[in-house]
Amino acid sequence: MTFSSQANADGTATVQQGLTTASATVFGPREPRAQSRGTLLHDRASLSVEVGEAAWAQQGGSKRSRGDKRLTEVAAAIRDTFEPVVMLQLYPRTEISVYVQVLGSDGGILSTAINATTLALIDAGVAMTDYITSLSIGLHLTQPLLDLSGPEESDIPHLVVACLPSTGKITLATLETRIHVDRFEEMLDVGVEGCRVLHAEMQAEVRQRTTTIVERMQMGQGSTTAVATA
Amino acid sequence: MSVISISAPVNIDSDSDMSDDDTSRAIVTPGELVTDDPSWMKGHGTYFLNEKTYSSVAGNVSRVNRLLSVIPLRGKYQAETGDHVVGRITEVGNKRWKVDIGCRQDAVLMLGSINLPGGVLRRKSESDELQMRNFLKEGDLLNAEVQSTYASGMVALHTRSLKYGKLRNGILLQVPSSLVVKSKNHSYDMPGNVSVILGVNGYIWISKTTSYQLSATNAATNRAQASIESQAGYNPGQASVAITRLEEESSWEIYSDKNDPISDTIRNNITRYYNVIRALSYGELGITEQRIIMGYEASLAYTDDVSLIDKEQMETLCLDVINNELMRGN
Repeated sequence: MTFSSQANADGTATVQQGLTTASATVFGPREPRAQSRGTLLHDRASLSVEVGEAAWAQQGGSKRSRGDKRLTEVAAAIRDTFEPVVMLQLYPRTEISVYVQVLGSDGGILSTAINATTLALIDAGVAMTDYITSLSIGLHLTQPLLDLSGPEESDIPHLVVACLPSTGKITLATLETRIHVDRFEEMLDVGVEGCRVLHAEMQAEVRQRTTTIVERMQMGQGSTTAVATA
Repeated sequence: MSVISISAPVNIDSDSDMSDDDTSRAIVTPGELVTDDPSWMKGHGTYFLNEKTYSSVAGNVSRVNRLLSVIPLRGKYQAETGDHVVGRITEVGNKRWKVDIGCRQDAVLMLGSINLPGGVLRRKSESDELQMRNFLKEGDLLNAEVQSTYASGMVALHTRSLKYGKLRNGILLQVPSSLVVKSKNHSYDMPGNVSVILGVNGYIWISKTTSYQLSATNAATNRAQASIESQAGYNPGQASVAITRLEEESSWEIYSDKNDPISDTIRNNITRYYNVIRALSYGELGITEQRIIMGYEASLAYTDDVSLIDKEQMETLCLDVINNELMRGN
């Protein structure tokens, strides 16, 4: 988890979970660009998400282009996840754009992308009611497994959960296969527990970065006043 | 729920121990409990749920009387009336320009809020509306003052002073707006024949000092001198020096697109200042006139001003500036 400094963006973050790496970049709230003028909302900001994948991200080089169905689906899932949590009503008539680049893909693209987006939005200073953390949960026989890798993901039933860790509210749960409802509940519980752990990690990272910046600034301010009085 | 209510209030207390005089230094992140006392007023960066106030951004908690708000460390520039900003025209519209000043929305510059060529007494006519692109067109840079801000987030600018107007003979640099410290004056003439305009919005204009700019920034001193001179003997016209100059300068000259000839030394100096300010922003140091000058002096040690783009060099330069400040201060 790092806040990489990208010069032009308002906020960026890169998250690595296992061998999956995703980097999210946030622009805005800003004046809507010409091509997205149509989506301008008068009472709140519009949130747009785009997901791309680097050509080298996947083994075997099955190349995905920008218009890929799966990636579009991931983008839509991210947007739907964040729309209720980002306080869009504070920024009327603006646009918040999130660009996610998947730099390495080994299962759990969606959850890694969601975690990266959360950090990038915080870095950009966009108001949110809470963090959103996400994890994928698999099921092997009756045993729930956390944070699946690529091969695991393709072989066993899995569930992606995103939740607000402090309240435990779930904003996203996607399941692509059938599983027994009793197992589902168990998986969900484990997933939410895992999200809490992630939350602690992310909060520590945010806090550390914020503290560094504050210290730097105070160092500056302290000496400025000293100069002013001298 | 129980997780937060235990951790958060403790955090505020423990953080406030760090700075004994100021409890406002506590750092919170989104979703963190700020206070469960409903008597505090909820300001920016907070939200209120079940009688408890939570933070919605990562930053410092600030308390002003009973108003509680969280100030994000990064984030968009928020315009305030009177701010000196630098911006770029994005759109020419009906009797107005849209200006990108790094705000949430583009700011508006009305045709009536600029100095038209031909002096103060000149009246705005329909032909002016038709030739708005001759004054300012898309992509032009200008410095302006924030005239007013509206509840909807809209910002109106004006350039009705000689300090403001179209910019040329220089380059633009963008830094986070939080690094620019607000002060009385934001345009400075630096050593090396370079002028710097520190826009409060984090847009910085570095340009060659022109004689006109020199007199504009020194207008106040000029007027003071004029009043001294007029004490010696009555000098008709001296007191109105500002108005006559306004008429002189308000020719088409101020909307010219042509750069003056700039010598190589000045070009090098501009680059050097550019790199110095970039280094300061890399080190997250607040950018002030004093620091830029100190940074410039420190940077003279490197004969090649391009070497300053190196991360280590930037770090060294920042340390130099801080040490220098400490030496002067204490």
